[in-house]
Amino acid sequence: MSELPEVGAATGTASLAWLLFALPALGAAVLLLAGRRANRWGHWLGVATVAAAFVVGLLIFFDTLALDPAQRTRELSLFQWFSVGGLDVDFGLRLDPLSLTFVLLITGVGTLIHLYSVGYMSHDPGRRRFFGQLNLFVTAMLLLVLGNNFVMLYLGWEGVGLASYLLIGFYQDRPSAATAAKKAFLMNRVGDVGLAIAIFLLWRDLGTLQYTEVFERVGDLSGGVLLAITLMLLLGACGKSGQFPLQAWLPDAMEGPTPVSALIHAATMVTAGVYLIARTHPIYDLSTAGRLVVAIIGTVTLLIGAIIGCAYDDIKKVLAYSTVSQIGYMFLAVGLGPAGYALGIFHLLTHGFFKAGLFLGAGSVMHAMNDDVDMRRFGGLARYMPITFATFGLGYLALIGFPFLSGYFSKDAIIEAAFAQEGWQGWVFGGAATLAAGLTAFYMTRLVLMTFFGERRWEKLTSAPTPENPAGHDYHPHESPATMTVPMIVLAFGSVGAGAVLSGIGLTEWLAPSLGELTEVEGGVLPHAVIPWLVVALSALGVLIAWLTVGRHRVPVEKPALVSLPVRAARRDLYANAINEALIARPGTWLTRALVYFDNRGVDGLVNGMAAGLGGSSGRMRRLQTGFVRSYALSMLGGSVLVIGALLAVVYA
Amino acid sequence: MNFLLPVLLVFPLVGALVMYPLRGTPDVAKKVAIGTALLQIVLAAVTWFAYSVPAAEAGTRFQLEFVLEWIPAFGTRFALGIDGIALVMIALTAFLVPGLMLFSWEERLPEGRTASGYFALLLATEATLMGVFTATDVFLFYVFFEAMLIPMYFLIGRFGGPRRQYAAVKFFLYSLFGGLIMLASLIGLYVASAQYLPAGGTFDWATLRTIVPLIPESTQIWLFLGFFIAFAIKAPLVPLHTWLPDAGAEAPIGAGVLLVGVLDKVGTFGFLRYCLPLFPLASQRLAPLVLVLSVIGILYGALLAVGQKDMSRFVAYTSIAHFGFIALGIFAFSTQAFAGSVLYMVNHGLSTGMLFVMVGLLAARGGSRMINDYGGVAKLAPVLAGCFLLAGLSSLALPGTNSFVSEFLVLVGSFPREPVFTVLATIGIIFAALYVLWVYQQTMQGPVRGKAVLDALGRSNRSGPDASTPHSARGGRPAPDQAGGPGAMIDPAIAARRAGSGFPDLSVREITVLVPLIIAILVLGFFPGPVLDVVNPSVAATMTEVGLTDPVGGLPR
Repeated sequence: MSELPEVGAATGTASLAWLLFALPALGAAVLLLAGRRANRWGHWLGVATVAAAFVVGLLIFFDTLALDPAQRTRELSLFQWFSVGGLDVDFGLRLDPLSLTFVLLITGVGTLIHLYSVGYMSHDPGRRRFFGQLNLFVTAMLLLVLGNNFVMLYLGWEGVGLASYLLIGFYQDRPSAATAAKKAFLMNRVGDVGLAIAIFLLWRDLGTLQYTEVFERVGDLSGGVLLAITLMLLLGACGKSGQFPLQAWLPDAMEGPTPVSALIHAATMVTAGVYLIARTHPIYDLSTAGRLVVAIIGTVTLLIGAIIGCAYDDIKKVLAYSTVSQIGYMFLAVGLGPAGYALGIFHLLTHGFFKAGLFLGAGSVMHAMNDDVDMRRFGGLARYMPITFATFGLGYLALIGFPFLSGYFSKDAIIEAAFAQEGWQGWVFGGAATLAAGLTAFYMTRLVLMTFFGERRWEKLTSAPTPENPAGHDYHPHESPATMTVPMIVLAFGSVGAGAVLSGIGLTEWLAPSLGELTEVEGGVLPHAVIPWLVVALSALGVLIAWLTVGRHRVPVEKPALVSLPVRAARRDLYANAINEALIARPGTWLTRALVYFDNRGVDGLVNGMAAGLGGSSGRMRRLQTGFVRSYALSMLGGSVLVIGALLAVVYA
Repeated sequence: MNFLLPVLLVFPLVGALVMYPLRGTPDVAKKVAIGTALLQIVLAAVTWFAYSVPAAEAGTRFQLEFVLEWIPAFGTRFALGIDGIALVMIALTAFLVPGLMLFSWEERLPEGRTASGYFALLLATEATLMGVFTATDVFLFYVFFEAMLIPMYFLIGRFGGPRRQYAAVKFFLYSLFGGLIMLASLIGLYVASAQYLPAGGTFDWATLRTIVPLIPESTQIWLFLGFFIAFAIKAPLVPLHTWLPDAGAEAPIGAGVLLVGVLDKVGTFGFLRYCLPLFPLASQRLAPLVLVLSVIGILYGALLAVGQKDMSRFVAYTSIAHFGFIALGIFAFSTQAFAGSVLYMVNHGLSTGMLFVMVGLLAARGGSRMINDYGGVAKLAPVLAGCFLLAGLSSLALPGTNSFVSEFLVLVGSFPREPVFTVLATIGIIFAALYVLWVYQQTMQGPVRGKAVLDALGRSNRSGPDASTPHSARGGRPAPDQAGGPGAMIDPAIAARRAGSGFPDLSVREITVLVPLIIAILVLGFFPGPVLDVVNPSVAATMTEVGLTDPVGGLPR
């Protein structure tokens, strides 16, 4: 178990930390409340607030860097959120290497993507609303990573869920977007239940929800409770990060505008699960079983994502499943414990650069291609959009782990750490991660070949008809404006250099106060030196197979219907949606209908039946009151006989 | 002797009586009524500041007491006083009434009904609510508890929707049934007190508290049940809930807000004020029963909400689920859960009040309460849709809105003692997201569709000034499929909106109704401190009265 850092109070520059989330919050409030008046300048306000937050983040970062590593964990309490009988929930921030790393990622990539959106959304009548919601997202995400207790985490956690819901459903008159948004929120809420229960357990057994106090006292927890907490936290992480078994919402989330996919569903929000596990590492440190489950979930998911990614023709969905798969790598890394926490964060950062760049590139392609996403309609675009091609190509090389680009450093480190496990774990985790690296090379090469190379299939096609244009548009691919290409270029530099730079300047040492010292990997099931060669070889094989199967052939515009079973399964998301539908959605619908019937006829029917019975019986009783003296006399006689008879019976009994 | 509380009680009643001579001039009547309600807010604010937050567990429970001899032969007095819990309920009531009067400003009333009558009944309801929350004599409480029915019965029965007679009678009979059982218990309590008190029986709450330890558990259980059933009908717990969907749906929106937002809280208020302190042993013995009903209510109410077709019934069923949370918090016996429940009572009044108002605003445009009659409204009336979503988010307890703090406190406070029930209740938050987002998707998202919306647009297309839109030129209604597609700027619906007709967005009056609610929802989401500070000492006192200590604070080490 690693040493816990000393926690100091934030002073000086660091006491400005509230500006980090207050600035984008202000932007969101102005944009969402100002109405049409802000249409002309609103998007620039959106960019400016996030850029300003980035500057504040940089100031605090350098301020922290100047401190001794032991003093780099500081807290800033803003006000008391609520307090009842010993439960004191602070609205407070924790500024430490981990949270500051995330702050820079969120605001840095966030600024670039805001800038990109100025161009991308320029023709959209809802652009102001879009920027307002994007600012709201940045606010919530910053609260998530900056909070100094679990309730603040939960605030940010559900806050980003709301922003994600709003932005996935941004094109709100598309029924598919509305459905995808709802699905994302609901599957996230399933995860949130896990997070909530973990919080309840911590409160019950430790009597506090502040990180500092929880981490000091985790040693008091019994093994069973510890395992329960790790599993419940993991459930929350799976929901937010699209990990098995809650992965099905993330590909659907591509209904949102592409900048949203880049920022929320690739670079930042979906990595919150990794953040959660890294943040709560003092708990995971104590539970080998909990960590093992995390690693298994990560391994399963990285395979699922890589397999399905091979089968889709929708450029954004391939990237989405790639994200699922890459976050699987991060989960695997943090599941390895002290040998992997920092590696998970390392891969998270490099992935943030190249995947955001890839999504922005995909958005640029869509921008050029009348918002189409079907790669079978693309082809030969490299000539028409050289900047997009170059930046996308660099992101692609980084993702497949081309030597000395970003992904090479971060992904290989994870695979090495996985192989360093003893026994079956080393073989299974390492083997699966290597295999998925080969699959990644395959599907990404396929994507690049289908989009940028080969025959220009779009020349003979028109885009789908719209109400304005029943015949459909011709395609006129063109390079995107500078507001879009500049962010892509910046991210391309990140894709190339981030890995080398971050490992060169010592990211893991920087993170050590938050995550503990990174344990050196040694031993394991394979010799250390072999692994990079193995991964590169397998990736090259993947590229080669993609070239042989896709690059050399003509790509049919209609996707072939007769395909092998694995492809069919992958096209159907390995049946994840079918299973959800059959096990949850349909029985739920039936249960709801049955309950409505039961409530109306059963519960309320009983009440109304009683009322009707009472009314009916009083109606019948009324008929006894006939008004005829003779019938009253008869009943009096009958009554008297009964009474006398009863008395006699009592007397002589 | 402090006269603040009697004034608080009598003032709205006077306002209600003044409505009678003004019945011929509805405009004046409405202004006088809303003036009365606004002054009532001032009075409530004065009360808030006059109430000094006691140090935890210090001295007497009630403040600002006012006592008159009433029927000495029964040992009953006209005694008023408030604790922190009653204070926040009074504040909630006073806060809601002017808004819902403003909401009802242009309400289309049924044939032969006057606005002055409607507003008089609203004020009368407010007065009885003040009585219920301030009474410190159990008999006086009972009188107000029953009196509350009368104005509400007329509000539903005279001013409600098409099935108002049925709904009003059902509401009345259910409540009266509960009330009569409570009366039996009340008499029992009096008899029991006469046994233990040398000076004879009493209905005084504080005196009754002193003899509580003497009453045997078996007697307590019977007395508890009488009160409990009355309150469980009022707050409705499943299976005593079926009056609420009918009453909530048929009541005019203004009365519905008051009914679900405040009047039903008298049930949960009663649990906290009467059931727990007066029958602590019985409360603990029967808690498992109540917890089962609560959790069933949370899950069952939520699933039924998903299946509703009528928006008002939908809101009623969401409330049944929320009442489950409140009851869970009360019968889990912990400081956090108690405080959470009290805060929940306030927050539910705000969020459900707003949701009801949103339903009313939608129905005012489309003339229908059916979910299926609406679709794609976000495109026509984005501000309305945004407010609807905010009300829904508050209802599903999103962090940052008021309800989160209360729901979190209820759950985190209930978990240490009742982990199983709490976990089941926590699953309810998924269903809450489901019902809110499902209704939002059906009514607000997607292409413009639905009979009510298209009729409203069609009306304006035939008669409105926007003859320039291509669809009105053809004279037909716009087909739903023509309205779709992102960024379809030639949408007839948008043209209609620009022309200010058809399905208009919120008016200034409507926004004025909503703004205080929105501010309250957001402010209490981040700064619930002022309310919790007032509530906490009373909650601590309730814990002491039940005779339990918090199960929290770490396992034995």
